[in-house]
Amino acid sequence: MKSAEGVGLQSSKWMSGSGPDGEIVMSSRVRLARNIQQFPVPFLASDSQLSKVSEQVLAASCLLREQMGDQNFLRMDHLEPLQRQVLVEKHLISPLLIKEPHSSAVLLRGDEAISIMVNEEDHLRIQCLLPGLQLEVALEEANFCDDLLEAGLDYAYDGQWGFLTTCPTNAGTGLRASVMVHLPALVLTKQINRVLSAIAQVGLAVRGMYGEGSEVTGNLVQISNQITLGQNEAEIVKNLSGVTRQVVEQEAQARQILLNERRDRVCDRVNRAFGILRHSWLMSSQEAMQLLSDVRLGVDLGLISEVPGTILKELMVFLRPACLQLAAGHALEGIDRERERARLIRRWLTPQEDAK
Amino acid sequence: MLCNECKKRPAKVHLTYIIDHEQTVQHLCEQCAREKGEFHFDSHPPFSIHNLLTGLMNLDIQPAAQVMGNVVKIQCVSCGLTYAQFGQIGRFGCSSCYLTFADRLAPLMRRIHGSTQHVGKVPARAGGSIKLRRSIEEMRDHLQNLVEREEFEQAAQVRDKIRELEVRAQNGGDSHEEC
Ligand SMILES: [Zn+2]
Ligand SMILES: [Zn+2]
Repeated sequence: MKSAEGVGLQSSKWMSGSGPDGEIVMSSRVRLARNIQQFPVPFLASDSQLSKVSEQVLAASCLLREQMGDQNFLRMDHLEPLQRQVLVEKHLISPLLIKEPHSSAVLLRGDEAISIMVNEEDHLRIQCLLPGLQLEVALEEANFCDDLLEAGLDYAYDGQWGFLTTCPTNAGTGLRASVMVHLPALVLTKQINRVLSAIAQVGLAVRGMYGEGSEVTGNLVQISNQITLGQNEAEIVKNLSGVTRQVVEQEAQARQILLNERRDRVCDRVNRAFGILRHSWLMSSQEAMQLLSDVRLGVDLGLISEVPGTILKELMVFLRPACLQLAAGHALEGIDRERERARLIRRWLTPQEDAK
Repeated sequence: MLCNECKKRPAKVHLTYIIDHEQTVQHLCEQCAREKGEFHFDSHPPFSIHNLLTGLMNLDIQPAAQVMGNVVKIQCVSCGLTYAQFGQIGRFGCSSCYLTFADRLAPLMRRIHGSTQHVGKVPARAGGSIKLRRSIEEMRDHLQNLVEREEFEQAAQVRDKIRELEVRAQNGGDSHEEC
C-alpha cells in the first residue's frame, strides 16, 4: 500500500543510517523557525493568506528543490489521515502540522533527512534529522535550505529580537537543536536521574520519549536547547553537542560496568527479551519498547549477533499505530493491533516467518 | 478627555498603535471602541495555552491593565492582537506585534532567555547595516584587549578603522560592501 505520493514505510535516513556515536545517540535534529514579514502567523491568518504563504514558499523553493534532487511537496489535505500520521510517527513532521491539514504542507527530501513544514506554528519550520551525533552537519544543512529560501522570501526579522517567531520561546535564532539518546545502562545501574538532573541544571531541556509525563519508555531520552536568544547558532549547537558527548561517555562507562560485573545477568536479560519478541503472539507498544531497548543493548554489547542494530530505531517507528495500520492495509483496534504488532516483530526478526 | 471619534463622550479606552514604527495613541469612548470593532479577536484561540509562559507574562500585564480607572489597551494594528490576548495565548500574531509590545518584551525575554539581544544569523536582506554594527562592536572589544595589553600602535590602527566604520554606519551602511 505504498503511496505514489511519497508517503510510505521506507526507512528515513535517521532510522537506517549510522553516524558518529551511533550506538548511543539515535538521532540529531536541528529546526529553524521562520515567518514571512507580510502575513499574520498561521493561527491568525485567513485561509487565503495561508494559501498565499504556501504559494510563496513553493515559488521560493524552486532553486532549493533543484539542489535537493529527489523531493516531494506534500499538501496535507492531499494525504489520507493515516498517511499524515505516518509522517508524524517517523518524526518528519510535527503533530501540530496536521491539526489544520487544509492549509499546511511539507517539502520532503527523498532521503527524508530534510523536511520543511509550511504553516505550522510558524510559516516555516526547516528541519534536518540525521542519525548519530552530528548536530553541526544538521545545522549546516538546515542553514543551506534557509539561505536558499530566504533569497525568495521576505523573512520577519529584527536587529534586536532576531527572527520574529510566533512563540517568544523561539525568538532570536529560531533554532531548536535536539538529540535522542538511548541510555539503558544508566537506567539499569540507577544513575539515570543523577545524569538527567545534571543536564537540566545546565539549562537544557530533558524529556523521556514515548513516555507518559516524565516516565522514560524504551530508555530513550531527548535533550534540547531552551535558549534561542542571546547565543548564536554555532554556540547553541556546540553546547548541546558537548553535553551529549558527556552523556555518551557516562552511558559507555555504565555499559562497561555491566559487562564486567553483571555479564550473566545482562546476557540473560537481553536474550530473554529477544526470545519474547521472537515468539509472542500479542504485544503492547509499551512492552515492545522495553524489549527492543534490551535487544538493542544486547546487539551493542556483542551479546546478540543475529539482529541488525537498526532494530530499535526502525521498529520503534514501524510498530506505532498508523505505521502498523498502513502496513496491514486496514484499520486495527485493540487486540487486533497487538496481534499485528507481534506478527510484524516476528517477521522482522525472522524473515522466513511469513508462512505462519 | 473626550473621545477622538464622537467627540462627545469621555474617552475610556486608550489604544496604542504602531504604524510604520511610529506610535500613535487613540482615545475612544467605550461605545466607539466597540463600534470600531476593536474586540473582534476570537477569544478562543485554537492552541492550548502555554502555561508557564502565560504565568510569566501575566506578571507584566497587571500594572498596565488599569490606569486611573481607564482601560488601557495595547493592540497590534496589523493583526488585531491585544497585549492581554498575547498574555493569554503566549503567541505573537504577526511581526508588527514585536514593535507594538516592544516596551514589555525586554523583561519577558530576559526571563525566558536571559538576554534581550539577538547575536545569531542575520538574513542576507537585512544585511549591511546590522552586520556593520556588529563588526564595530567586535572591533571595540578587540581595541579594549589591545589597550589592556598595552599594544598601543595596533590599538591606534583599530581605533581609526572603527571611526571609519562608524562614519559608514551613519551614512546608511549599505553602499560599501567590500569590508
Ligand atoms: Zn466616542
Ligand atoms: Zn500583530
